[in-house]
Amino acid sequence: MTPNSLVQVGLLVGLLLALARPLGWYMARVYEGKPVGLDRVLGPLERLIYRVCLVNPAEETGWKAYARDMILFNLAGLLVLYALQRVQAWLPLDPLHFGPVSPESAFNTAVSFTTNTNWQGYAGETTMSQLSQMAGLAVQNFLSAASGMAVLVALIRGIVRRRSDTLGNFWVDVVRGTLYILLPLSFVLALALVSQGVVQTFTGSATVPLLQPAAVSQPKLDAAGKPVLDARGDPVMEAATVSAQVLPLGPVASQVAIKDLGTNGGGFYNTNAAHPFENPTPLSNLLQLIAIGAIGAGLCVTFGIMVGDRRQGWALLAAMLLLLVPLMLVCLAQEQAGNPVLGRLGVNQAASALQPGGNMEGKEARFGVAGSATWAALTTATSCGAANSMHDSFTPLGGLVPLFLMQLGEVVLGGVGSGLYGMLLFVVVAVFAAGLMVGRTPEYLGKKIDPFDMKMAALGILAMPLVVLLGTALASVTKAGLAGPANPGIHGFTEMLYAFTSAGNNNGSAFAGLNANTPFYNMTLALAMLAGRFLVKLPVLALAGSLARKKAAPAGPGTLPTHSPLFVAWLLAVVIIVGGLTFFPALALGPIAEFLTHAR
Amino acid sequence: MSHPGQPAPIFDPALVRSAVWDSVLKLSPRHMVRNPVMFVVEAGAAFSTLLAVQALRGHGQDSPFFVIAVSLGLWFTVLFANFAEAMAEGRGKAQAASLRRSRRQIPAKFLTEPRHGGHFAVIPSANLRKNDTVLVEAGDEIPCDGEVIEGVASVNEAVITGESAPVIRESGGDRSAVTGGTLVLSDWLVVRVTADPGQTFLDRMIALVEGARRQKTPNEIALDILLAGLSIIFLLVTVTLMPFSLYAVRAAGAGTAVTIATLLALLVCLLPTTIGGLLSAIGIAGMNRLIQANVIALSGRSVEAAGDVDVLLLDKTGTITLGNREAVAFMPAPGVTEAALADAAQLASLADETPEGRSIVVLAKERHGIRGRDISALGAAFVPFTAHTRMSGVDLNGRQIRKGAADAVEAHIRNLGGALSAEVRRDVDAIARNGGTPLVVSDGARVLGTVHLKDVVKGGIHERFLELRRIGIKTVMITGDNPLTAAAIAAEAGVDDFLAEATPEAKLGLIREYQAKGHLVAMTGDGTNDAPALAQADVAMAMNSGTQAAKEAGNMVDLDSNPTKLLEVVAIGKQLLMTRGALTTFSIANDVAKYFAIIPAAFAATYPGLQALNVMHLATPQSAILSAVIFNALIIVALIPLSLKGVKYRPASAAALLRRNLLLYGVGGLLLPFPGIKLIDMALVALHLA
Repeated sequence: MTPNSLVQVGLLVGLLLALARPLGWYMARVYEGKPVGLDRVLGPLERLIYRVCLVNPAEETGWKAYARDMILFNLAGLLVLYALQRVQAWLPLDPLHFGPVSPESAFNTAVSFTTNTNWQGYAGETTMSQLSQMAGLAVQNFLSAASGMAVLVALIRGIVRRRSDTLGNFWVDVVRGTLYILLPLSFVLALALVSQGVVQTFTGSATVPLLQPAAVSQPKLDAAGKPVLDARGDPVMEAATVSAQVLPLGPVASQVAIKDLGTNGGGFYNTNAAHPFENPTPLSNLLQLIAIGAIGAGLCVTFGIMVGDRRQGWALLAAMLLLLVPLMLVCLAQEQAGNPVLGRLGVNQAASALQPGGNMEGKEARFGVAGSATWAALTTATSCGAANSMHDSFTPLGGLVPLFLMQLGEVVLGGVGSGLYGMLLFVVVAVFAAGLMVGRTPEYLGKKIDPFDMKMAALGILAMPLVVLLGTALASVTKAGLAGPANPGIHGFTEMLYAFTSAGNNNGSAFAGLNANTPFYNMTLALAMLAGRFLVKLPVLALAGSLARKKAAPAGPGTLPTHSPLFVAWLLAVVIIVGGLTFFPALALGPIAEFLTHAR
Repeated sequence: MSHPGQPAPIFDPALVRSAVWDSVLKLSPRHMVRNPVMFVVEAGAAFSTLLAVQALRGHGQDSPFFVIAVSLGLWFTVLFANFAEAMAEGRGKAQAASLRRSRRQIPAKFLTEPRHGGHFAVIPSANLRKNDTVLVEAGDEIPCDGEVIEGVASVNEAVITGESAPVIRESGGDRSAVTGGTLVLSDWLVVRVTADPGQTFLDRMIALVEGARRQKTPNEIALDILLAGLSIIFLLVTVTLMPFSLYAVRAAGAGTAVTIATLLALLVCLLPTTIGGLLSAIGIAGMNRLIQANVIALSGRSVEAAGDVDVLLLDKTGTITLGNREAVAFMPAPGVTEAALADAAQLASLADETPEGRSIVVLAKERHGIRGRDISALGAAFVPFTAHTRMSGVDLNGRQIRKGAADAVEAHIRNLGGALSAEVRRDVDAIARNGGTPLVVSDGARVLGTVHLKDVVKGGIHERFLELRRIGIKTVMITGDNPLTAAAIAAEAGVDDFLAEATPEAKLGLIREYQAKGHLVAMTGDGTNDAPALAQADVAMAMNSGTQAAKEAGNMVDLDSNPTKLLEVVAIGKQLLMTRGALTTFSIANDVAKYFAIIPAAFAATYPGLQALNVMHLATPQSAILSAVIFNALIIVALIPLSLKGVKYRPASAAALLRRNLLLYGVGGLLLPFPGIKLIDMALVALHLA
């Protein structure tokens, strides 16, 4: 590990921590319905939305109605997004005339963006019209993030409220989260990104001359534009010289901003944040990294403020960072150490003034090992999934880190809202075992954990391993599944495991190397995304409803302290042991076997 | 007489013999299905047995020896878990048997009219029904649970309490309840039957100790759900390992796919069998510990609730203080020597058999060397205490010595022309303010002074309250005394709060107030007027000597009628939960080592690099898998004593308890299997079994 890497990790974590407090305080005010300053400007718009949508903002609902509203809202978003992709050819803002997206790809994408996954089986710049990108994908980037945050807020209210039947109003939570948190932050970030060179335009494309014309061989076309075939039926090839390149453009900065802030991760371009138009400079890289982690970290502080004990929020944030930072350092160390096979061939892989050293395959030269590995860890710790390097090209253990961070259940910062509510499910389990160990009926923040709560926590934790393991198992024995991996052998298994892990955890990052735009993967991954999202959200809301109805026991010396370093350590152990026990065999047959095979 | 509370040694040979047989009987799927984790293990064992048959016929994937060994390992896992449960039940049954001996048929003198002296017919006790009346005379056993409606008698309740000193049972008041099977030693009672056959206190007790009517508590259900969730995950892990393995074999072009027997072994090793196997034993043992403490809980739930209690309401008299007040000082009136006061007070108390009276005699001897005198030899006439005069004393040689409450004595001397001096009045007030009871002594019309009677706080109670405060339990003293007196005793005993001049309504109100703030309240009581508060409290321990109403309202009965017992019940409740939590943590932490044994064993043939994960350097793949299975089964047996005795409980803050238990059972559970599995592997190699 180079000093440069350590400085980058330190800077990133320091900035995230510094931002968490003010942002968390601000978000708490937003969700508690208190004045936030911006409401003087956006208040009329907020009230107009309620009037148009016939929402009575003062009316609160119980968990069932809250869940119903959430599902209807996401279902409507899914259908609109599907329809939009299918009819984009007949709508404006399609300068490159892409035509409709195929049904299964459109379905996969619609599910992907409404579940905050942003798994992309397609290449954005050659598939989606600007209208689909802007009015379809980017809109869902906001709304899926806002609905994740709403579910978290409902859970927090469930913890805070006593003998209450209501959790709040889903519509109000979504509107306020979007208007006062996501929109203003995205606006500021988009402007900052534009300053770094991220494009933002309605122009379809730019044609630029190449610095160095390239000689290529391409099929010869007849007058009708069809390839000319030789006697054996193969296309006749002819030599040609390419001297210009077409660069697709579009409203990129606005989409990238929310892609990061809302932990969506769906890029405008296929290569996502590795593309110079999405992420041009090291500064834009750092800004985006902060944006990816900011809301997740801030929500921990929001949690502490709303439950009336800030230490509780900091304890959860500490647990998350204690998982993130060591794993990030492992990834960095592995990537900086380089490829052992090349090392045995005598290749110098050490960092020096002349070379970044380490494993640079699949990494952008402008980010280097540090900028890529920190990104890979953070984008998978959060459920963002945006990528600025190819995780497929990481060393086995360097690639294991992003995989394992997802397999922990996306609870290390995680998706906005979903990360913390996922972590709170683990808290319920940790509190249960620890509570028994101190000889009391387990309770968290004064709320006793009864069988129903345990059932919901178990269901919420169970959903992800179910879809990931079954999905990977299905892919590894079926013909359609085995057609996907580009690499044979161990690495191919990791590619499939990564795809289902990413979808089941609503991360959306790709290991690449897997051709997932096939009916099999489009459909199975879409189902994995739906299950991974809603089979967690629903138990969380049910848990919130059950907790809200309870009275709270006051804390005393006999109460298990849930903000102490000891409890944080215990929570970490629970998360690691559950994740580890679930995925160790799969990891052993994937990246671990690959590492050990290379190491021999 | 054998006593239900006697603890037997854990591995009593007779108990073990019957438990071994029971653990085989318990293999019935109908029984096993109540415990999902162990049911899965049994299904796995059955499946693996079929594989063994297949292997013996030469069609198996593994060697017959390996499959048979795995099957045996799995069967023994189930048997050991059953054995733990049978042991716990066996201990309960031993207690039940000694109780049942006292439940034999007793001839009952059935009264046709519910009054003493009426005509009676002798019928078997089984024919008695609720609201019948029976006559019980000296030498008779009381045929059923009931309430005394007429008479007073001394009763030996040793069969229930183990205490051979007879107790008084009488109609009216708070000592009217009698229990079937107890023996009337003197006099007679007319008893109204309060329970139908099979519903009596003894029946309930037997059912409870046998575990027949044991219902799962909410905590147990929640733990079951957690274990079921984990089991589903582990089932998924092992099921999906087959396709993963098929892929790996094709990808590597080496090795063979993992065998079903190996997967079954892995599944059973991963399942939380340690806690799953010991869970019911822990619950039964918890109830047994309670019975050993001579407390009968009417449900398992109330025992666990006792662990959660954070407010304890305690009656002053009998719990915090000894029932009796004691003389601690003589405070003479002006012009009277202390010795003269002591002499007069002693004379007035010589014939007074009350504890207060005796304590005055003792104090006079201690302080002034005044010896006991024979009151009849002195020719003195004793004037006993009456509710009317509220004084007692002696008439001796024309002297009229009296002692009593200040206002009573004042009225008495005013009649004789005397008056209470200001100094005496000041002493009286000072004593009352300090929580004592002033007793004024007069000789004729002259006031000699005041005797300071004091409530005596029980020895060691102060330390117990400190202990309770440390574990987060607030103590509240309930007393009928005035607030001044109450405050002084509360301060001396070290309780956190007190309720003075308590009425039944005030008690009920106080409990509701605490509950509204989210506290869990425990209290003890014996009187009928305690019943509403007992019914309201979350944990309510009625005294066995108390009224039927109090026993019905409570959810526990203390056979020793010792209110301080509540503190022990709290500890038992906590210990029960802690044992469950500790073994759950231990069970899951164990899994890590088992992966390191089984994964390299199962897959190193396919990916030789995975041999690096064999950190224990186990001899062969087969010995590795067998060692893990054997360790998994043996650990259940090894933990039976712990599950029956409960983990060690020391009063400490929650943070300290968590630290200790996490270290012991979490870290210990993580590390212990590594050497354990290695040792078994070495043994297998030494025995040429691998």
